[in-house]
Parts: sequence; structure tokens; C-alpha cells
Amino acid sequence: MPELLGHYNYWIVIILMMTGFYTVIARPNLIKKIIGLFIFQTSVFILFISMAKVEGGTAPIIEEGISVYSNPLPHVLILTAIVVSLATTALGLALVVRIRDAYGTINEDDIHVQDEED
Amino acid sequence: MLLSNLPALQVVIPLVSAPVCLLLRNPRHAWACALLTSWLVLAMAVMLVQSVYAGGTISYAIGAWATPWGIGYRVDMAGALMILIIATIGAVVMPYAWHSIQHELHKKHTGLFYTCYLLCLTGLLGIVVTGDAFNLFVFLEISSLSSYVLISLGSKRRALTAAYQYLVMGTIGATFILIGVGLLYMITGTLNMLDLSQRLPEVADTRTIRVAFAFVTVGVSIKLALFPLHLWLPNAYTFAPSVVSAFIAATATKVGVYVLLRFFFTVFGIRFSFAAMHVGEILMLLAVTAILIASLVAVFQDNIKRMLAYSSVAQIGYIILGISLASSDGVTAGMLHLFNHALIKCALFLAMGCIFLRLGSVELKDMHGLARQMPWTMAAFVAGGLSLIGIPLTAGFISKWYLVSAALKDGYWPLAVLILVSSLLALIYIWRVVEAAYFNMPGATMHRVKEAPASMLIPTWLLIGANLYVGVNASLIIDIAHQGADILIGQVLR
Repeated sequence: MPELLGHYNYWIVIILMMTGFYTVIARPNLIKKIIGLFIFQTSVFILFISMAKVEGGTAPIIEEGISVYSNPLPHVLILTAIVVSLATTALGLALVVRIRDAYGTINEDDIHVQDEED
Repeated sequence: MLLSNLPALQVVIPLVSAPVCLLLRNPRHAWACALLTSWLVLAMAVMLVQSVYAGGTISYAIGAWATPWGIGYRVDMAGALMILIIATIGAVVMPYAWHSIQHELHKKHTGLFYTCYLLCLTGLLGIVVTGDAFNLFVFLEISSLSSYVLISLGSKRRALTAAYQYLVMGTIGATFILIGVGLLYMITGTLNMLDLSQRLPEVADTRTIRVAFAFVTVGVSIKLALFPLHLWLPNAYTFAPSVVSAFIAATATKVGVYVLLRFFFTVFGIRFSFAAMHVGEILMLLAVTAILIASLVAVFQDNIKRMLAYSSVAQIGYIILGISLASSDGVTAGMLHLFNHALIKCALFLAMGCIFLRLGSVELKDMHGLARQMPWTMAAFVAGGLSLIGIPLTAGFISKWYLVSAALKDGYWPLAVLILVSSLLALIYIWRVVEAAYFNMPGATMHRVKEAPASMLIPTWLLIGANLYVGVNASLIIDIAHQGADILIGQVLR
């Protein structure tokens, strides 16, 4: 039991990941899908940040009396990944705006109906 | 000086040209800038391939930071073949783009189109030259984000939903790759592919590595549209602007296959991927289903671009089938088909673009009697179609021949039968177009249709010419593919 709880941040990662993934699959609303996608990506950021933590480690700045540092590299990677996910979200929302202009709805089922009629 | 920096320049030049196109605004200037850049990229690609062919693998440290601290670029024979494909297609498509884009896009969007095209080119080339697993993810996202935009520029409103669908699936795929790379870093503490390949065997028998392998495989499979993860592809190819369909069909999925090859052979190693994880059997099953089902679906399509898209799914099946054999001959056949299919599918989509320009439609029912009005375009389509089927003296025949002999060598004779059957299916779906265009009576408005302009016909015929040339004299490309395959499999370390 303590072992299970000790990895609580990884449990959060899994819960967030599944929440996001489920939203992408199950929701017909295009904006909610994008939100789900964002949550899905965010869970991966937490996964990376969690693995960087070294127990008892501090920020990687050279200081007397400190010998254990956390790994800074995953944070840098995730900064890049955040930018990527931001761009994806922005582009996704921009597409939703255009879709609403063209179809008059952002509900996936209604869009399918209109596509069938074309 | 210039020569030693080629791997970096290959990526940097299109990256820098992209904002220049954005600033130019004027469609003609932006087009000229993109054209110049794509030809420059082709020239550099040829130089790069020559030096790899002569002197072996090239390693390059970005900013002179030694690997594994800095990001290392690495071009070997397999990468050189990919760069050649991307740069050739990019350079051939650009002169074609002028008329086609002017016709299909609103004037205020054309400058942006060329910007996105150059960004996509940057991303695709970057994926191939990089030797760093995280850098690969970043380039993958650069190419994907720009291709979502390119697809959404299509003239019908369904282009928007196609781009949206691709965005959702593509992002899930890329995030899966990111998870896989993260798990690998967790265990090995490195992102450099060569370092990874050295450190992984020690820790290969852990659940983390197996999970990482699964995530990377599924993520990349979405990107390369492996059946049954191909759902984004038919709509994206059908509704994108003609130039984009041609460019993306010939490059984006191919680069996905290359990423798969890199991870399977270079990073995880053939022993782990194929002996421990049994990915060969899984891929073979999926490839066989892709070839059969997608070819069958293609037969029943009335929109010819959609038909070609389903045919692409089947052709990706061929490539994966070669790789799933995990033998030197099998991977060679896969890489050969990678190259040949890029030539074939790009030519066919370009022919469709010519038809769309003059006819305003790519539906089969509108094409009746078209061959009389557009003889050159239809002749190009027929020649490309023959290559797709795999008639001797065309490029398609060479790669299918290699694929069949690789399958027979490993004793998989049913695969040879399968390839024959699906070639017959290809014959059927190409024939439907030929029948409509050559043997049916033209409609009332058909006499107004003119042949496409030379700026669009010449690029199409260049690719058809390349198809026929490879069909007759394939020794150079076979040699490159063979060397690439041997480097990947690890029989030759150089």
C-alpha cells in the first residue's frame, strides 16, 4: 500500500491521461475534444517532471554543502513540449472557428449529418 | 566549409526561408522564394547523398556541442535515401504549385501557403537528419502542424474537418512517441540514438522499456497511417489542395516509416524489436490486412483522389510488409518501395491536380471522355497507374519483384500470392479511370475542357520519366537501398 501511494504523481498522470483521452474519444463537441487533447498532453508533462525529481535534490545551482541535484533536462524538454502543445491547441481552436463558420455548428454528429447531405 | 555543414543547412535554409515568404506577402514573390529554396534543398540533398555514398555516414554536432550533450545530426545511407525522396518531391512540386495554388486558394492565403510548405519541408528533413530522439519529436510536430494547416486550405469545407481529424489523431500519435521517449530517457539517461542503442540491451528486459517500445510503435503507426490507424488519411488526401495531396502523400507517411525503421533497428535493435517483442508478426498481419482491405475499398471509390488515398494505405502495407520480414532483402524491398511509391503516388496526385484545375472535379462520373481533351494528363495517369500496378519496365515492378523474392526467400509463399492478388485489384481500380476517360462518351460540356498548362504537365511528366527510368535502370537506387538496409540491420557498421 505505501508503495502504491508513494508513486502518487504517476497515478495522477494516469488519471489525467485517461480523462483527456476519454474526452477526445467520447465528446462530440469539437472544443471539448481539444480540451481533452490538452489534458492528455499535460499528463505527459507531469510524467517528465516527476522523473526528473531526485529525492533530497535541489535546483541544479552549484552551492557549497549541496551535492544532490535534481535533473534539469526533463524540464527543458517539457518547456519545448509545452510550446508544441500550445501551438497544437491554438491551431485546433482556429480550425474549430473556421468549422463553425462553414457548418454553423461545432457538434461532430451534426457535421457528419451535413457531410452526408453534400 | 559549406560541405561540412550540409546536414545543418539542409534544415536551416527552408526554416529561414519560411518567414521570408510570410513577409513577402506578394504571391509571386513568395512562390519564387519557395521555388528557389526547394531547388537549393535539392542541390544540397544531391551533394549530401554523394558524400554519404562516397565516404560513409556523416555525423554533425549542432553548434559544435559534442554529443550526447548537444544534439547530433547523423546521415547514413538510409537517411540519405529519405532526404533524396523529400528534396526531389519538394523541388518537383513547387513549379507545379503556381497555377494550381492560384486556382484553388484565395489570393490572400497564397503567401501563407508557401510559408507552411517550407515549414513542412523543414520538419520532414529534420526528422531524417537528426540523431536525437527528442529532437525527432520536435521536428515531427513542426511537419505535422504545418501539414494540418496545408490540408485545411482545401477548397471544400470538408477540408477543415479532415484537418481537424488529422490534428487530433496526429497529436495523440506524437504524444505517444513523447511518452515512449520519456520512458527511454527515464531508464537510460540519454536521448542520443546511438547512446540509446548502446545502453538499451542491458536494461531491455524491463517493463519500462517494453512499454516505451509499445508507445513508440503505436504512435509512429498513427503517423504513417498503418492499418487500422489510417482513418485520418483518406479524408486528408481527398480534401487537401492538389499540390498538398501530392506532396504529403509522397513524403509525410514515408518519413513516418523511416522513424519506425530508426526506432526498430537503430534504437531498440533488431534483436529486441523482432525476437523479444515479436513486432514482425504483428506488422506482417497488419500489412497483409492493409493491402487486401484498402485495395478492395479503393476499387469502390468514385472520387479518384479518395481512391488514390486508399491505394496509399495499401502501398504503405507493402512497405511495412518488407520491413516485417526483418531480413536484409525484406528491408531493402521496403525501402525501394518507399522511394518508388513516392514517385508513383506524387505523379498520380499531380495528374489529378491537372484534372481538377480544368474540370473542377475529380469524380469518376465527370471524367467521361476526358482523354480526348487532356491527352497528356491522362497519359501520365495511365503511365503512373501501370507503375502502381507493377507492370515490368516501371518502378513499381522493381520494388514488387524485390518484395516477392524477399518473401519467397523466407518461405512466405502466400505473401507472393497476396501481392499478385492486390496487384490485380490495383489493375481494376486504375482501369475504372481509364475506361471512363478513354472509352466513355464525353458529356455535353466536355469540349470546353483544355489541356493543363505546361508548368503543371512538365513536373508530372518528370516524375513519370523518373518512374520509367527506375524501371529500366534501377541499379543505383537498389544499391543505395541495399546499403541503407544493411546499415539499419547492423550487418555493416560504418
